[in-house]
Amino acid sequence: MDFRKGSLRSGLCSLEKSQCHHPGFLRESLLKKMCDEETHFVLLVFFFFLVDESNMVENVRLVDRISSKKAALGTLYLTATHVIFVENAPDTRKETWILHSQISTIEKQATTATGCPLLIRCKNFQLLQLIIPQERDCHDVYLSLVRLARPVKYEELYCFSFNPKLDKEEREQGWMLIDLGEEYKRMGLPNNYWQLSDVNRDYRVCDSYPADLYVPRSATAHIIVGSSKFRSRRRFPALSYYYRENHASICRSSQPLSGFSARCLEDEQMLQAIRKANPGSDFIYVVDTRPKLNAMANRAAGKGYENEDNYSNIKFQFIGIENIHVMRNSLQKMLEVCELKSPSMSDFLWGLENSGWLRHIKAILDAGIFIAKAVSEEGASVLVHCSDGWDRTAQVCSVASLLLDPHYRTLKGFMVLIEKDWISFGHKFNHRYGNLDGDPKEISPVIDQFIECVWQLMEQFPCAFEFNERFLIHIQNHIYSCQFGNFLCNSQKERQELKIQERTHSSWAHLWKNRAEYLNPLFRADHSQTRGALRLPTAPCSFTHKFWSGMYNRFEKGLQPRQSVTDYLMAVKEESQQLEEELAALGERLEKIQKVQLNRTEVKSNKQSEPSKHSGFSTSDNSTANTPQDYSGNVKSFPSRSPSQGDEDSALILTQDNLKSSDPDLSANSDQESGVEDLSCRSPSGGEHAPSEDSSKDRDSDEAVFLTA
Amino acid sequence: MEFSELIRTGQAQAELLRGPEAPPLRGTLCVTGHHLLLSPGPQATPDLWLLLLRSVDSIEKRVAGDCGTITLRCKDLRVLQLDIEGVEATLNIARSIEGLRLGDAWHFHPPERYYKRVAREVLLRSSQPLIGPQKRRCAEDEALLRAVLAGSRPGARGFIVDTRSAQTAKQARMTGGGTEAKAAYPGWKRLHRPLERGRPLQESFVHLVEACGDLEQSMDHWLSRLAGCRWLAHVKEALSTACLAAQGMEREGACILVHGAEGTDSTLVVTSLAQLILDPSSRTMAGFQELVEREWIQAGHPFQLRCAHSAFSHARPKHEAPTFLLFLDCVWQLGRQFPLSLEFGEGMLLALFDHAYASPFGTFLCNSEQERCLCEVRTRTHSLWSGLNQLKEQRKLRNPLYVPNPLALWPSVEPQSLRLWQGLFLRWTRPPEPSEAAWEKVWQIVTDQEKTEGSQPTVSASELQL
Repeated sequence: MDFRKGSLRSGLCSLEKSQCHHPGFLRESLLKKMCDEETHFVLLVFFFFLVDESNMVENVRLVDRISSKKAALGTLYLTATHVIFVENAPDTRKETWILHSQISTIEKQATTATGCPLLIRCKNFQLLQLIIPQERDCHDVYLSLVRLARPVKYEELYCFSFNPKLDKEEREQGWMLIDLGEEYKRMGLPNNYWQLSDVNRDYRVCDSYPADLYVPRSATAHIIVGSSKFRSRRRFPALSYYYRENHASICRSSQPLSGFSARCLEDEQMLQAIRKANPGSDFIYVVDTRPKLNAMANRAAGKGYENEDNYSNIKFQFIGIENIHVMRNSLQKMLEVCELKSPSMSDFLWGLENSGWLRHIKAILDAGIFIAKAVSEEGASVLVHCSDGWDRTAQVCSVASLLLDPHYRTLKGFMVLIEKDWISFGHKFNHRYGNLDGDPKEISPVIDQFIECVWQLMEQFPCAFEFNERFLIHIQNHIYSCQFGNFLCNSQKERQELKIQERTHSSWAHLWKNRAEYLNPLFRADHSQTRGALRLPTAPCSFTHKFWSGMYNRFEKGLQPRQSVTDYLMAVKEESQQLEEELAALGERLEKIQKVQLNRTEVKSNKQSEPSKHSGFSTSDNSTANTPQDYSGNVKSFPSRSPSQGDEDSALILTQDNLKSSDPDLSANSDQESGVEDLSCRSPSGGEHAPSEDSSKDRDSDEAVFLTA
Repeated sequence: MEFSELIRTGQAQAELLRGPEAPPLRGTLCVTGHHLLLSPGPQATPDLWLLLLRSVDSIEKRVAGDCGTITLRCKDLRVLQLDIEGVEATLNIARSIEGLRLGDAWHFHPPERYYKRVAREVLLRSSQPLIGPQKRRCAEDEALLRAVLAGSRPGARGFIVDTRSAQTAKQARMTGGGTEAKAAYPGWKRLHRPLERGRPLQESFVHLVEACGDLEQSMDHWLSRLAGCRWLAHVKEALSTACLAAQGMEREGACILVHGAEGTDSTLVVTSLAQLILDPSSRTMAGFQELVEREWIQAGHPFQLRCAHSAFSHARPKHEAPTFLLFLDCVWQLGRQFPLSLEFGEGMLLALFDHAYASPFGTFLCNSEQERCLCEVRTRTHSLWSGLNQLKEQRKLRNPLYVPNPLALWPSVEPQSLRLWQGLFLRWTRPPEPSEAAWEKVWQIVTDQEKTEGSQPTVSASELQL
């Protein structure tokens, strides 16, 4: 077997960093040792793991789809959790790691002269084209991956073996980072109108709802239970968001079982109770987020929508968002467009239009905007539902909350929002994102669409969000990766039964720990445009919606902007903070010095022009003597360095004061000048390379996520 | 004709509507020889609203009762509505604007056809060779291109990038033009990269602006219109061709000759972009102005003909074509992909667009250097560059993120990487505040840092006194 120590070591280091278990090859005890012991011991262990030749294939080619670069030759490894491709090129040895849970489809293509192509499509939109020399090997890899990518038991998922070296206490704290109880308190609850209900304790009424729910005070348990029997999957109306400014609220539920004529007194009372909980308005909106046709078709199955005649004081409204099947096909079509090999502009735009993807995104945003406006401008409460109230309803409620409340536009607030509207309210993560092998018709990019809606808003309001694009991308990644327990299962109840919190780690804690990476340097919390509800233009135009290449083509680095404004500004900010701290420290020292100098000058009767030479202040550690010419030069160059100097800037006052008060010899020499220049050259120049050079050296940033844990 | 004859009603009460996002302005409207003024009265915050008459692209008047409405569509794509009291006043003012917006009518000559001209060491541009139907040859021209290769490193190859299709180039022989025959120019390889020009380019621009003005359209409708108007396709083609030329020079060490028919339109897009890609000095504030001056103004891009009308004119386009705008859009795409590498910002590109179409400065006047000499433009007008280089303009025009980048900028020309230039095409339809707030913040972060950096050495200097 041909492998070099170098390759082994680098592969191993990554492995060690990721701390993943490989139950297929290693015993847990061995692995624990692996984390603690010396590298050479680990090397040995790794060796055993590699010896199993069926798990590696040599001379595999990884095809770069975008650039015309030659395919990279390397070795493919299959582990229990990852597919790893290590390039042979001795200087880079670039590694590509793919989690099995990220694999969406595997396609074996017709064998060619060079080998057997294998196409791996990932849920995070990575596309890997491998060419394996032997057809037999290719088939083996294919079969293994098909099995590995479709786990049948939760216990097979990565999060149950993922160990980021945290002790029990740290893990528990991680799970406590996001606390929905606190969140409802922040909204101002409970209050005179809303109370915490224990009606769903032990998930007695609705097994896909959380145990803790807020309902109107006037809604008795009898009303709630009655209403729940009149709603699909017993998902009765419950509070999603309370707008404390005007008591209006957003509630959510599933569709009523109204059929063509059925009524339910308790359900009607429930909606009354919601209306009464908002003294500022004499009606509520009932928003059905389905196309009218779909809702009407549901009536034949004994489901349907509210009849305005039966419910007093409701305004009923359809907002046509398509169902999960349409969305799944739409994404599929859009990804086909992304995969086109150098398409023409009109191929791309026609394809994008044909997919309908941006139309769906706009529909979701429009629905969110409608609800946010109803709440903030009309002061009316809104009840939102679709069919089961766990897909479109979650999308629309969370978009509306995000528009209304600046808290949800912060890093932590955004995590809370997903925890509230998606995780706790029983969005079926397992079914929608195919964590376990299941019905492919259940899979649909529902939360992906929500994440894109947030990105579209970020593009329109660059100062309104505390987090950046990378945060969204990493959340999307974790939803599919199954590296953490947050996004497992279909409901809170299932998660509790699986004891997720005891057996896995929380991705929120992980994201929070790395929050410096996710900050938006342009965030202005105090700006008039970003305080309170976001001010959207009266008519949201189609052309504000853009194709998100940062998400759907994110692994094609060549297509992305080569330099990151966010990273640059963060580096600048960080540096000026450091400088300020340094400046403060130096300022303190300066004050001390000036005190000493003042004492000395009183003693001295020398001419002012040469005090430093006479005062004996220049000591041996000062190697370069300053000259007077530099002084004037420094003063001249000063204003141009800080074009917008203002009196409010204390740092500046400090220097001006010190120029006036201290001796005239005080100046910067050229060495210090160039020192400043050096500092200003720090630019995190990620992309300042020609295209042929970049991307080959740095590991994919998303891979890094797995390894930094 | 004197200005005074065109101004029958000098003043009227009027209300100005400036689009969905800006509040209306009421006040006294006044027509002067070059400007339209609206004075809202002493208490108002913006004390004067001013519009250069030359920037009016089309004018529409309507009267109802004793009021009139004038709709002005400007060359910078703004749409303004003036509600004026008095029917006669409305009609007179409309007539004045109509008459005055054309300004001094220059007499246009078609640009003098010039033969090959050397612009840079290895990047050359020219017009087409005058091969004609008889397949003429020109010994001097062949010698010139031979000399170019000989002057370059030994064994260097040359590429001729013809910005027309092979078919069009061949057809040009009928009218006395053509393209270099392979046999006559050994060492040179000809590549055809057809770029859109002339009327189709103008129509593409008009359709795009039309689509951008339709606020009610559905998402699908918008995407198909964006595809249908083909503007982004032209951007993609222009950028790709420039990258090809630049790549030939940088990677192959080859000599590149770029030409189309006249060498004053698409040729300039390619040569100027190629320089921006390769040459870091052309990406500075001064370098970029030099580039525009050299590669566009002095190279004889016929600005008067090309920019006589913008996208709103009802007149049938004759010589109009947004070639210069296409160049600016490509530069914007480059700046979006390399946000730290251009010293100038979007503001600079917008300013150049505005001034190319209507300007109080003389820089973009006339169609060639010869015309400018005849009209004494240099002595009788001010230069745009001196206007742009004033200190107060810098915050708008400069890119605060600029870090000199010595490397070539190789942009991606895949459709996923190219975007509609919203800052230009949607400048007057989307609310400006969010992007302004972001721009302010960027400046604040950068200047904060400069302040701390600027103040540090003085303190450490005093420390050295110890």
